[in-house]
Amino acid sequence: MQVPASFDYQRAQSVDEALELLRRHGEEARVVAGGHSLLPMMKLRLAGPELLVDINELHELDYIEVVGDELRVGALTRHRALLESELVGRHFPIVHDAEKVIADPPVRNRGTIGGSLCQADPSEDLSAVCGALHARTVIRGAAGERIVPMADFHRGPYETAVGVGEMLVEVRIPVRPGAGSAYEKVERKAGDWAVAAAGVALTLREGRIADAGVGLAAVGAGALELPAVQDLLDGREPSEALYEEAGRLASEHCSPVTDSRGSAEYKRHLAGELTRRALRRAVARAGAAVEREA
Amino acid sequence: MRITVNVNGEDHTREVEPRHLLVRFLRDDLDLTGTHWGCDTSNCGTCVVLMDGEPVKSCTVLAVMAAGHEIRTVEGLAGTAGGDQLDPVQQGFIEEHGLQCGFCTPGMMLTGRALLDRNPDPSEQEIREAISGQLCRCTGYLNIVRSIQWAAKKQAESAAAATAAPTAAPAATLAGGQS
Ligand SMILES: Cc1cc2nc3c(=O)[nH]c(=O)nc-3n(C[C@H](O)[C@H](O)[C@H](O)COP(=O)(O)OP(=O)(O)OC[C@H]3O[C@@H](n4cnc5c(N)ncnc54)[C@H](O)[C@@H]3O)c2cc1C
Ligand code: FES
Ligand code: FES
Repeated sequence: MQVPASFDYQRAQSVDEALELLRRHGEEARVVAGGHSLLPMMKLRLAGPELLVDINELHELDYIEVVGDELRVGALTRHRALLESELVGRHFPIVHDAEKVIADPPVRNRGTIGGSLCQADPSEDLSAVCGALHARTVIRGAAGERIVPMADFHRGPYETAVGVGEMLVEVRIPVRPGAGSAYEKVERKAGDWAVAAAGVALTLREGRIADAGVGLAAVGAGALELPAVQDLLDGREPSEALYEEAGRLASEHCSPVTDSRGSAEYKRHLAGELTRRALRRAVARAGAAVEREA
Repeated sequence: MRITVNVNGEDHTREVEPRHLLVRFLRDDLDLTGTHWGCDTSNCGTCVVLMDGEPVKSCTVLAVMAAGHEIRTVEGLAGTAGGDQLDPVQQGFIEEHGLQCGFCTPGMMLTGRALLDRNPDPSEQEIREAISGQLCRCTGYLNIVRSIQWAAKKQAESAAAATAAPTAAPAATLAGGQS
């Protein structure tokens, strides 16, 4: 039987209390949200915190709301809430595309958006989704809040911009007119981690692509936003030739490795093909949004 | 740490280490061995119990995290309709041969219960989706789906019968209140 090594446990009753515990215990303390990445790692001795700060009772971090031209999602929002949110589906179909294929219902009942982003695993679907959407993260510490764009949030595998004594409290996603987005994932079996996946978000302005975001999952670190592909797309009229070119660039700008899910070559092929498919769907959805909003 | 967890409607207080998993707490401390334990890696779903009414994998929840919450295990399924009567989902598994070796069955039945509580008339696709995080090594998925469909139909019939015969309603409420 797998059991984690011994640790202390504190259930935080407020965000301030959680921050104070994290500050006092420094590197030895870890937040536990859904625990569906952290507890398996602790069982395998890949993580060994001395103190777990449980944030599951902090309902003030569990919300989905539109404020001005942004969707704000609390860090403790569960996968399931994202999947069931009509508001999220209306503005960001990419999130629903992804959530339908993230793990399975019992895992989605526990796992959170905060845990997914803070795990900083290049295979985490929501990281690629938030990258494509040009999301911004809100990090809180004793000194107050700071805002870090998704592109700077991951500092390497399992490393984020969240410092000692800090927490991720919110994710902000820009709501724009004429927006369309989509997520395409290939998995070996229902509920599995991606072999490879691609997310695309964009807007259509007078028939041209703007605000393009392209993020890949499971093809190595540093692919949750691909500026080279985004620059190619911005300002261009959608066409099959453009999608072809974008797919080729995406497959060049990632670094997959061969593992039990597939060869590096196959994953590189998927990165290109899934980018093309996601682009096609995102453009179609943006077109529909333009018509709806007219 | 001293924790109190409400399991099947009753508070249980125990001294546990923070690293104690909910599945061990249920099986070893409370002797509720109906909750099975398989892969230990949150993949197989045989350890599924309901936490505040929703399915969770109890090998990936700490007992201390369940403190103050309501847990429902397979032992808490029968009797909700009053007396020792089986839950319609349990009856469905009998009628439709929803189990072979029975290893996945407690988790499957709890997931079926949670689904019907939220959605009394699920489509076949919705049932398949609901159980998609749980493996049946005997691969009896078709019969598991049919068992849950049987329960949905049974519940709908009972509800229709209760409205058709208004005098039955207060009696049912009374029985529920006493159980
Ligand atoms: C069987 C299984 C299949 C899965 N399949 C997929 C899949 O297909 N795709 C996918 O994307 N994911 C998958 N996951 C992962 C799942 O999405 C997890 O829920 C998610 O990775 C982590 O969320 P969590 O809330 O459980 O985080 P936790 O495990 O609680 O935490 C993860 C990390 O984030 C830190 N953390 C959590 N919240 C905060 C915060 N607010 N501030 C600072 N640090 C924080 C923790 O300290 C820890 O280091 C799967 C998991 C399992 C068990
Ligand atoms: S024992 Fe919990 S999922 Fe397999
Ligand atoms: S009945 Fe044997 S595992 Fe499902």
